[in-house]
Amino acid sequence: MRLRDKRFLAGLALLLIFIIALVFPAIAPDSSTTNMGVFTLMYVGLATAWNIMGGYTGYISLGHAGFFGFGSYALGLLLAKLGIQGGYTPFLFVPLAGILTALLAVVVGWFALRTRAATFVIVTIAFMFILQLLAENLVGLTGGGAGLGFPSPPWRGAFYNIPFYYAMLVLALLGLGVSWWIRRSKFGLGLLAIRDDEDKALAVGVPAGAFKLTAFVVSAALVGMIGGVYGYYVTFIYPQFVVDPLIGISMVLMVFLGGLGTLGGPVLGALILEPAQLWLAYQYGASRLYLVFYASVFLLVILLMPRGIIPSVRDLLARWRARAGGSNGAPGAMREPPAAAQEGAAP
Amino acid sequence: MTLVLEAAVLGILTGGVYALMASGLTLIFGVMRIINVGHGALVVLGAYLSFVLWRNLNIDPFLSLVVTMPVMFVLGVILQIVFVRPLKTDREALSVLVTYALALGIEGLLGYIFTSNYVQITAWYDTASFPIGSFRITYVYIYGFLLCLAILGAIFLMLYRTTFGGAIRATMLNRTAAQLVGIDVDRVSAITFGIGMATAAAGGVVFGITNTFNPGSHYDLISRLLTIIVLGGLGSLRGAIIAALVMLVATDITAVVISPVWASFVFFVILVAVLLVRPQGLFGATVRDRL
Repeated sequence: MRLRDKRFLAGLALLLIFIIALVFPAIAPDSSTTNMGVFTLMYVGLATAWNIMGGYTGYISLGHAGFFGFGSYALGLLLAKLGIQGGYTPFLFVPLAGILTALLAVVVGWFALRTRAATFVIVTIAFMFILQLLAENLVGLTGGGAGLGFPSPPWRGAFYNIPFYYAMLVLALLGLGVSWWIRRSKFGLGLLAIRDDEDKALAVGVPAGAFKLTAFVVSAALVGMIGGVYGYYVTFIYPQFVVDPLIGISMVLMVFLGGLGTLGGPVLGALILEPAQLWLAYQYGASRLYLVFYASVFLLVILLMPRGIIPSVRDLLARWRARAGGSNGAPGAMREPPAAAQEGAAP
Repeated sequence: MTLVLEAAVLGILTGGVYALMASGLTLIFGVMRIINVGHGALVVLGAYLSFVLWRNLNIDPFLSLVVTMPVMFVLGVILQIVFVRPLKTDREALSVLVTYALALGIEGLLGYIFTSNYVQITAWYDTASFPIGSFRITYVYIYGFLLCLAILGAIFLMLYRTTFGGAIRATMLNRTAAQLVGIDVDRVSAITFGIGMATAAAGGVVFGITNTFNPGSHYDLISRLLTIIVLGGLGSLRGAIIAALVMLVATDITAVVISPVWASFVFFVILVAVLLVRPQGLFGATVRDRL
């Protein structure tokens, strides 16, 4: 009974958020606000996509900015080679950029996933720098440091941001849909088992290698598609601005802030951090002081709330309810045992 | 041919500097099981400290190490106590993020103070050179290499000839067992972090004389250093030194044979190639790390 009420309320809240997201450009049509909307939705999508790999399997990739940049270049090059004009047509090629990114991710994942934990993190960082170097050095293909131009979108004035806003919204919803489906599926259960103990998961018959690679590829393809739309939005891309370590670390931070491995966590993290980041860059961008502020937020989150907002709040609610009377056992709170002491098991 | 030989010699000399910087990183990993992504930023910080002493007080950059190394040691101990020690669960993953944040913070602060213009430390020995056979070697490379040899030698002596070194090695082998036999693991960790920072300062000086740098230089540095320690096997000091030499010789030869723009690329290609054959790195023990 209570559970059904809660489901109903949660569904209602989701519907409300969805409607707000849908009509947001009509509420605040000025271009600086919709610009913020485009970037916030972009990070909702990126964080959600990253969470499919990082949150569910526990494999921390710091190289997803590589896939972001690759998707961006893939779309830009496709449009240039095929001679596509600006307009709505470039959006149709975004899935193709996603497929290309997925193919790259199969190759990268194949060797990166031979390693675990710390080594995996480092390999993903190395991968990102490889891509950055390639984008800079393959001048004949990518234009190198001079950058790569996209066809210029024909929209003018305040309307300019609107198509991009909805493109990012579609991708974010796609990411959320995929994430939600994975979370409920047997596949997702396998991923969580890998996160908790990969060797035991293998022992009970989870095909860990195939599962990890699939999660990695799905996550990368989503990030690549978002990168493509981003490239079309900014119309000119440079190696160090699309394969940007800061983009890679931002999506990770958003997931950690909201709640690692939860469905809503990445969304919450992106909704909080991206507007803050844009505002800071706008206020202090020139002095690079915004990096200091960003780092401080980062440190505070990890030191004070290592599990993120959603799990912490959920625990708090469960404890509060238990103290209030304990009429029911708050089944939602039983996601995992409170962060088991993994350290002792390490050596 | 002479060019290749010259590149190889230069590669060994600069490889020594990278070996020094990577040694701190791999020691920190070995003792604490954390990846210090901020190591590159701390090298750049060390370079800026010496830069300030050199520019404002006209202190010789190598001499400035007498000041910067202890300062960085203390800073390292403080950073470890404040930011790394509180991580109790999931420390490998969380430490990457914490040290990444430290790198960003240091980059931001340095950018605020020094702007993002490139600077370089200069001294008489970064232009003066002496002949070896048919080519000339700049003095700074020799001095830098000797400095690194001395510090690496001191680290090895400390690790294998002192009681404290024994405590460090015991902690690297098995943290829990080390605690059981009465080693103050927290203290060992903090001091190791400090030692890592001190070596970063020393590496930073040589880096700052032989390269132009700005606050954003740490990205390139850390990607190289991480590649080196993975290649050598995480936590293996010997592996890191050999990997650093191999990598720098390979990049310097690539730079003259193919093109300087592909030099860094070779770095990562070697990493990929080695990981395909030996996922645990050249000198890595069995892979038992997991999140």
